[in-house]
Amino acid sequence: MCLGVPAKVIRVDQDQALVRIGEIEYQANIGLLEDVLPGDYILLHAGFGIEKVDPEQAAEAIRLIRAIEEQTDLSDGNAPRTVP
Amino acid sequence: MEMRHELFRDRTAIGAVAEQIRKTSRKPIRLMEVCGGHTLAIHKFGLRSLLPGTIELLSGPGCPVCVSSQQYLDGCVELSRFGEVIIATYGDLIRVPASASSLEKERGRGGDIRVVYSVMEALTMAEENPGRKVVFLGIGFETTAPASAYAAFVAQSVKRDNFFLYSAHKLMPPALRALADESLKIDGFIAPGHVSSVTGTEIYRFLPEEYGKGVAVSGFEPLDVMQSILLLVRQFESGKPAVENQYTRVVRPEGNRKAQQLLATVFEPADEQWRGLGTIPQSGLQLKNEFEAYDARKHFTISTSTWKEPEGCICGEILKGLKTPRQCPLFNTSCTPDNPVGACMVSTEGSCAITYKYHFT
Amino acid sequence: MEEPRIRLAHGGGGSLMNNLIRNHFIRRFGDPVLAGQTDSAVLELPGNRIALTTDSYVVDPIFFPGGDIGKLAVCGTLNDLAVSGACPLYLCVSFILEEGLLISDLERIIGSMAATAEEAGVPIVAGDTKVVPKGRGDKVFITTTGIGTIPEEFTAVGSGINVNPGDRILINGAPGEHGIAVLLQRESFRLHSPVESDCANLYPLIREVLEACPDVHFMRDATRGGIATVLCELAGMRNAGVELDEDAIPVNRTVADACELLGFDPLYIANEGKAIFVLPEASAAKALRAMRNHPLGRQSAVIGCITEGHPGKVILNTSFGGQRWIDYLTGEQLPRIC
Repeated sequence: MCLGVPAKVIRVDQDQALVRIGEIEYQANIGLLEDVLPGDYILLHAGFGIEKVDPEQAAEAIRLIRAIEEQTDLSDGNAPRTVP
Repeated sequence: MEMRHELFRDRTAIGAVAEQIRKTSRKPIRLMEVCGGHTLAIHKFGLRSLLPGTIELLSGPGCPVCVSSQQYLDGCVELSRFGEVIIATYGDLIRVPASASSLEKERGRGGDIRVVYSVMEALTMAEENPGRKVVFLGIGFETTAPASAYAAFVAQSVKRDNFFLYSAHKLMPPALRALADESLKIDGFIAPGHVSSVTGTEIYRFLPEEYGKGVAVSGFEPLDVMQSILLLVRQFESGKPAVENQYTRVVRPEGNRKAQQLLATVFEPADEQWRGLGTIPQSGLQLKNEFEAYDARKHFTISTSTWKEPEGCICGEILKGLKTPRQCPLFNTSCTPDNPVGACMVSTEGSCAITYKYHFT
Repeated sequence: MEEPRIRLAHGGGGSLMNNLIRNHFIRRFGDPVLAGQTDSAVLELPGNRIALTTDSYVVDPIFFPGGDIGKLAVCGTLNDLAVSGACPLYLCVSFILEEGLLISDLERIIGSMAATAEEAGVPIVAGDTKVVPKGRGDKVFITTTGIGTIPEEFTAVGSGINVNPGDRILINGAPGEHGIAVLLQRESFRLHSPVESDCANLYPLIREVLEACPDVHFMRDATRGGIATVLCELAGMRNAGVELDEDAIPVNRTVADACELLGFDPLYIANEGKAIFVLPEASAAKALRAMRNHPLGRQSAVIGCITEGHPGKVILNTSFGGQRWIDYLTGEQLPRIC
């Protein structure tokens, strides 16, 4: 479910990690994770890191999207505004 | 690569995926998302308007606030009335209507009710208030339950005997099975990405294998949701339902083993009441006996109230995707965000609240 | 040694109270009328079109990045006068102090109010102090009343009766800073950010705008409920259609991140240094230049317009080419998991 935000690990201290989201710093609990290192990204949910975010997979996801973009003809321009 | 959400909000990319969906989708298809975060993303980013008419998107019971039973809410209110109790809760529950009150109203009557961002704040409250009893309201699915498990585990280790958990945590797969069993003609599920980051993707295997329904485990950015819809449409058009993981940057097939183990150590499945779906066997999480000293249900006497759905409220049918908010006689008449009758209107991710907020009336 | 604190006797009317008033309030506010300690301040007002406003300040915590309750109590009231087109002239303040409040904290707050009022050139001419027992207040509550005079050409800016379809809507910067600064300061969440409250006296900026464009149709400062609430009020008051462009609204990145994390919408978050301006289309560019020239308006932008369609309603054109409507906030915004 919901409200999970990627946060970058700055410092690890046993079950806690100082993480950063943009310019926001938070002492997250990483007791649910293993082998967390500074530079890793965690998914922050309700004060806990619940999983690591894999930058390589993120990059791969972007690559796949770009591939879709390339095979798509967008000659009709941006989608017009519609009332949902 | 800096992990910013803008990466997954690129308009051109979304347009491209929408175009692919339009090209691929031939037959009418009904897709259900079972997570409030997805309901919100779809509406907030206006994704419906990008989809062809063949696709119908239904909203399911994925909002833990919306599916909290009236009995549980009445229990929260009752607990808040004990003078020695401090209620610590996620903000989501504050305005949810119980039978005759709400936590917000109880706060006005003098109840000590405090909003927290993390369950660990509640543990700290217990440490700092030795003469009081802190009861944490544990709602949420497998995404949030591990945090509660962790807190209970720590409470036991340090003997924080004035910390209690009142659990209404729920499991996703039994609800999905209940939905698949109903004759709702759902062709595919957009599965909750953050639940899956804990549970892994195998929990959805039964959907294609036993029910022939496809699953795409989806992230929450608009690009994630659109890509998941594309995956489901492709599965459907090719007649090959499967479990596919769109949210690979966060979800691994095996999930978070450590979190799973902690859940198994602290909790055990129990029958649970879901608003709108009734009792679903083994669909809730309650503290094991070893942790009963921290179980609010065991420590406090909470009366079991008999609960009646408010007259005219069809939250249950809305949660199952059988009806839409506009079909509810109370929608925008006696049930508004200011004065919600049912949970679907109170929770910011309830279908009714979202329809009210994001669509012209 | 125990730090000196407010005692019930400080509100008792006796010598302790007199000392408090003379040595702390009067000494620091420094106004001769105030020092006279008469029951009423007797003042002269130039003209008889008077703007009068009052507000109470109960912010928690009382000290936050970018300000404190004292600075807020002065700026908030000055802003209410300024957005009405008035030149602020006098302030009076009343305090409800909770027994146990550190006198050093009170000193800090008084100092902040005095400095803000001095900088604005508006004297504090009357005041009152009460003390309530511990637990019956929350450190300090301040009520500020302000009075000013309005030149004839600006009498309509508060009510917006001249607002018309085609008018442009401007704001002097990114919304949400005050609310986020205050919220993150509250100990329990433990989120740390460099966001500072935007608490500021807007009169100097507003004066520049009015000089450049005397044909401003409407102004209002966006405090609790955020810019969304101001626009809903305007739409309702004038039965006007309001259209906003999400892409045009200035963004403070850290505010946006905090909102993402906690599940908030910046449009609804409190500000203390942001105002909405509505001007005829022909004047918008000039007003924007005047605003951007001022330190309190560097991120100013045109964020929308008044339309013929959907009278009484506010519509947001989203960054995704969709539309949604903006309504009043229900309840408070609270951090969510969902």
